[in-house]
Formats: sequence, structure tokens, C-alpha cells
Amino acid sequence: MKKDDDKIINEFANKEYEAGFTTEIDMDVFPKGLSENIVRAISAKKEEPEFMLEFRLKAFRYWKKMSEPNWAHLSYKKPDFQDISYYAAPKNTPKFNSLDEVDPELLDTFEKLGIPLDEQKVLAGVAVDAVIDSVSVHTTFRETLLEKGIIFCSFSDALKEYPKLIKKYLGTVVPYSDNYYAALNAAVFSDGSFAYIPKGVKCPMELSTYFRINAANTGQFERTLLVADAGSKVSYLEGCTAPVRDENQLHAAVVEIVAMENADVKYSTVQNWYPGDKNGKGGIYNFVTKRGICRGANSKISWTQVETGSAITWKYPSTILKGDNSIGEFYSVAVTNNMQQADTGTKMIHLGRNTKSTIVSKGISLGHSSNSYRGLVTVAKNASNARNFSQCDSLLIGDKCGAHTFPYIEVNNQTATVEHEATTSKISEDQVFYCQQRGLDSESAVSLIVNGFAKEVLNQLPMEFAVEAQKLLSLTLEGSVG
Amino acid sequence: MLTINNLHASVDGKKILNGINLEVKKGEVHAIMGPNGSGKSTLASVLAGREKFQVTAGNIDFDGIDLLELSSEVRSREGIFLAFQYPVEIPGVSITNFMKAAVNEHRKHKGLEPIAPSAFLRLMKEKKALVEMEAKLSNRSVNEGFSGGEKKKNEIFQMAMLEPKLAVLDETDSGLDIDALRIVANGVNKLKTSENASIVITHYQRLLDYIVPDIIHVLYNGRIVKTGGRELALELEEKGYDWIKKEDDGK
Ligand SMILES: Nc1ncnc2c1ncn2[C@@H]1O[C@H](COP(=O)(O)OP(=O)(O)OP(=O)(O)O)[C@@H](O)[C@H]1O
Ligand SMILES: [Mg+2]
Repeated sequence: MKKDDDKIINEFANKEYEAGFTTEIDMDVFPKGLSENIVRAISAKKEEPEFMLEFRLKAFRYWKKMSEPNWAHLSYKKPDFQDISYYAAPKNTPKFNSLDEVDPELLDTFEKLGIPLDEQKVLAGVAVDAVIDSVSVHTTFRETLLEKGIIFCSFSDALKEYPKLIKKYLGTVVPYSDNYYAALNAAVFSDGSFAYIPKGVKCPMELSTYFRINAANTGQFERTLLVADAGSKVSYLEGCTAPVRDENQLHAAVVEIVAMENADVKYSTVQNWYPGDKNGKGGIYNFVTKRGICRGANSKISWTQVETGSAITWKYPSTILKGDNSIGEFYSVAVTNNMQQADTGTKMIHLGRNTKSTIVSKGISLGHSSNSYRGLVTVAKNASNARNFSQCDSLLIGDKCGAHTFPYIEVNNQTATVEHEATTSKISEDQVFYCQQRGLDSESAVSLIVNGFAKEVLNQLPMEFAVEAQKLLSLTLEGSVG
Repeated sequence: MLTINNLHASVDGKKILNGINLEVKKGEVHAIMGPNGSGKSTLASVLAGREKFQVTAGNIDFDGIDLLELSSEVRSREGIFLAFQYPVEIPGVSITNFMKAAVNEHRKHKGLEPIAPSAFLRLMKEKKALVEMEAKLSNRSVNEGFSGGEKKKNEIFQMAMLEPKLAVLDETDSGLDIDALRIVANGVNKLKTSENASIVITHYQRLLDYIVPDIIHVLYNGRIVKTGGRELALELEEKGYDWIKKEDDGK
């Protein structure tokens, strides 16, 4: 039995990372290093309004006084922040109004990644903002959306065209002082997406941002701000990939979501940053702060994430349930293989009455990887009848990987109900053999079993992406079994 | 169709099969009986190619191919089906998805395109009816939370879906109530043709009233120690295994 498990596992070879190519284009790259001058230069390059520069400088000054957190269950060499370039953009391409102006190499890049930017070719019903390194290169369906009053554009455009909206909401959910990486992001972020759904409008298509790191020795710091006004509804998806490179690259993003009364926001992530090679060389350090606030009564924010990439993932999409009867959900699948490390989970902060949160976390570990769930459920004094249910399941494939669960619960109201369930399981030789006896090879068997394990979460994804995510999961496992 | 010749097998260094000889022809039904721990399930697993069992001697010919050369999934696609004594749960994977994957693997092996969704649903419906399986059961995860009887029915349903050349039923009757036993047995009988064959492992003569075997074998200590007709089952029912054990130990 033991032996066969080993066999199954040892034959798990390193999967080929399919998105690992680089694009040869002329880049405009800032010199390495971080200083107040660099912060000013980024702001100047982007011709930003004064308030934005101030926000950046405050953040930078604050960040300098902070030290890097080390409470996570991760071990890695701390990045040298002076050895990173903080701005890289395809040259001569400040913004494309028509696809004809876009470097064909770039279009090719996105085509290869399965993200055609041609509206004729694009997945029906999905608007895409394509961000490469530090800038957004193209946003599809802007006009179509605008007819309904929906704003969906790059952060840079939003700063120029809707500075008032940005000023009103920027930093209200994730203040620059929130944590080390959030402060760094606030100082140096270069682009990202902005979406505003007006009162009562149901967004007719999926909004999505596709992040691609291309340049070497650069960090990617993007910022996404999503505002769903009263009674509106939107589903948003983010995808990410990066070329194969030997050195580690830093990705420190911030996402802020504001949901007003009766608004309904679904935020899905399929994260496939380069994870490094089999021996742990290279890969993205993914240090991300994502937070939403259910500001109005009866609002809802639902996070779904499928995390397969990155050398290191440090990420806790969280929801502040401020409005009465508001709902927070977190559905997560995190796969770690080889030397990958993930410390991910969520925070549900119950402030309003009758607020409800659901957490479903599925961790899958292979190889020598380490996969931790870290979750916090807080119920404030006034949050009467708050309810939380958490389910954390770990699936181990092989005996050299680790799974850890760190649930923190703080309840300050006696009427609250908080439930936490956790399980750890292994793929058994029995299960694999059962599938083989029906004609599936062991690789398909493991893939089927893993997809079954993650089903509750995958079901939360919009249809088109659920299929993508399933494929991605299978790819991550490819070559894993013999 | 199947010729097993002097088969020896062990698991974790422990010898379990000690020289099995067995010949099954097209259109035949063989029953294998024998005391607990005699090696019946092991024989079934070895036929199906479970890797944890090491074949230390002997060979198996299946329609002219050397079965021991094939991986378990290829054996399945070539037409060997095992109805498990203890069917395994696969959480989150619906029977429908599971069967779709299996059917398509079998089709690919034959050089056929994946089955069309409508044809697949029709096939599912037809085969569910064959074992009187509750329609909704196929939306549930494979064997998860199934009753003992439902699990066994599900095995025969899968057999019906895959239409094997050789089916090995390992104690498919255990855990079935009288009605379910009749239904399952009828299902097996309906699937019987002059081109396929089955090996039925059981402890109870009762099943053999429904699935009438051509030949009965008794397995003891990893060897077939007695072979006979239907009357052998009745004799065992009456006298138990002691006389066979004594006979064998005396040798
Ligand atoms: N992994 C294993 N390690 C050690 N012994 C094993 C292992 N698997 C099976 N055995 C032993 O092999 C012998 C035969 O087991 P097998 O399951 O084939 O018996 P069986 O005839 O099917 O019995 P039953 O009628 O109870 O189903 C038993 O003694 C069993 O304990
Ligand atoms: Mg048995």
C-alpha cells in the first residue's frame, strides 16, 4: 500500500508551466531602487492629480518606518527592495484607443494566453482590462458598458477621467497604513483596474482584469478598486501569469471593494503566477491585500479564488460586514506543488447585526510544498445574531508536503454562532485503483479526485472560468502520477 | 477467453495465491467459493491488475493477450470489469461524470470519438433501468453515503455501462436484501451473452439460484482445491468447508 502511494507520487514530475514564455518588446523601465524620487517619478510619468501624489508620499514615508511581517508560515529570502525596478511599461504605448495601435507582439502575448483583446473574438459576455507589467494596455467593451453608466477602465484612466470617484473611495477599505505590502503598493502602484457600477444596475457582462508580468527584475504593484453602488450587481474576475525566470519577482497588489446597500459583488481570481521550478528556483512572491466592505445593509461580497501559481502566496481576501444582514463568502482552492508555499485564508469581520459569513477552503498539497489556511472570524459587540460557518479541508498527495490550519475566532457577542470544521485526507491507492479499474489512467484518476475535492469551490466560479480552472488544476497535477 | 496458469501472487511479502489454474470460456459463468481469507478477492485484484499485488509466477492469457503485461486501466478498456467487494467513495465526483470519463476512455481505446451528451444520457437511463437504480443516485458522488445495497447496485450499473467481456463479481450479493438480490442477479443475467463470461465470487448458494453457474470452484489457501457442478454449492451449504480443509491439509 505504502509503496504504491509512493510510486504514484514519485511519478508526479514537475509540470511544464505553459504560460512561461517572454515577449520581446521595447520596454520603458525605471532604474532599480526605491526612494521618494522614484515615487514622484511614477506619479509624474502617469500625470497624476496632486492628491494621488500625496497619497503615495504619505504611504512611502509610512512604509519606510515599517518592517516586513514574519508571522506567516512561510520561509523565504526577504526581497531586496532596492534591487527591484518599480516601473516597466511597453514603450511608446501610453494607452491604446484602438487595437490597431497595439504592438502586435503584445496582442500575440494575450492571444497565446487565451485572452484575445479583439472584441470580435473575445469570450462572449466578458470585458477585459489587460495589464502588462506596470500599465493597462487595453480595455475591451468600455463603450458598451458606459451606455449603462458602468465605468470599467484602467486605474490610470480613471485617475484622469474620474478623479472624484477615486478620491472618494481610494484607501477607504485598505488604508495605506494597513500593512507592509499594502503601504508599499500605495506608494508605487502603477496601474490596475477601476470599476463603478451605478445604482440599481446589474452589470450585463463579466468584468475581468488580466495581469501579466513580462519584464525581468521588476515588481508588479497593481491596484484594483471596485465600487458597487446601491442595488447593483457585478461579477469580476482576475487572472494572472508570468514568464519563467530564475529570480524571484515580487507582486504586491491591493484590491478594494465597496458594496453599498443591497449591492452584490462576486470577485473571482484564478491565480497562475509562475511558481518556480521543481527545486524552488525562481517564481513569483505574491503578497496581496484584498478586502471588501459590505457598507450598506443586505449587501453581499463573495470571494472565490483558485490559487495554483506563485512561489509564495500571502493572501487573505477579507470582508468587513458593516451593513446589517450583509453576507460575506470566501471560497478557496489552493494547490501547492514542488517547493511552493502558500499561507492564505480570509478574515470575516462582523460589525452589523444578522451578518452572515461562509468560508470554504480547500488546500491541496503535493511534492515538498507547504499549504496553510489562516482565517480570522471576528464578531463585534454589536453584531447580534452574527453567524459564521467555516470548512477547511486539506488533501495531501504524498508524505513530504504539509498542510496547516490556523483558525482564529474572536467573539464579543453572545448571540453569535461560529462553527469551524476541518478535515485532512489523502488520495488513497484504493481510490486511484477504483478509477483505473474503470479505464482511467492514474493521472486522470488523481485529476478527477482533486477536482471532486475542490468542486464546492469550482462551482462558485462563472461557467467559462470553471472550465478553465478545472483544466488548470489538472495541468498543475500533470505528470504527477504514473 | 481466460486461461490462468500456475498463478502465484503475494502482497507485502506475504504469499497469498499459490498456483491457481483456471480456464473460462466464452459464454460461461464460473462461481468461486471458499472460506474467508482464502484469496478470492486477491485473485480478482490480480486479474484487474492492482499493482500492490506482485505476481511471482505464472501467466494469464486473455483472448490471446498476455494480461500481466497490461496496466490496470488498459485491462479495463480491453474488457475486464471488477465489481468490488468494497466499492470506494470518491467525494465530489458524480456518478455521471465518473461514467462519462470511463465510457470515453473505453471509446478512445477503440478509436471512437467521445460519446455525444444526448447519447450518453440515454445510455445512462437505459442502464439505470436495468438495475432499477434510482434516477437521482447518479447525481450523487460515487458511493459517498450510499447504503451497502446501493453500492452493489452501482457496481452492476457500471458494469452494464461498460459492457465488459469478462466480469468478476466479488461478493456482489453481500448486503443485498432479497428484492435487490433478485434485481441485481436479473441485471447480470440480462447482460449475459454467448460472447462474454463472468466469474462470480460468493459465500452463498442462494445467489447461484439466480445466477446459475456452469462450474463451481473452491479456493482454499490460495489454490483451487475442488471443482464441480451446481451440486458442489449445495454440499458446501450443508457441510461447510471443514471437510475440504481436511481433505486438502491431508494431502
Ligand atoms: N495488504 C495486505 N497485507 C497483508 N495481508 C493481506 C493484504 N491484503 C490481503 N491480505 C491477506 O490475504 C489473504 C487473502 O485475502 P482476500 O481478501 O483475498 O480473501 P477473501 O478470500 O476474499 O476473503 P473474504 O471471503 O473474507 O472476502 C487474507 O489472509 C488477507 O488478510
Ligand atoms: Mg474477499
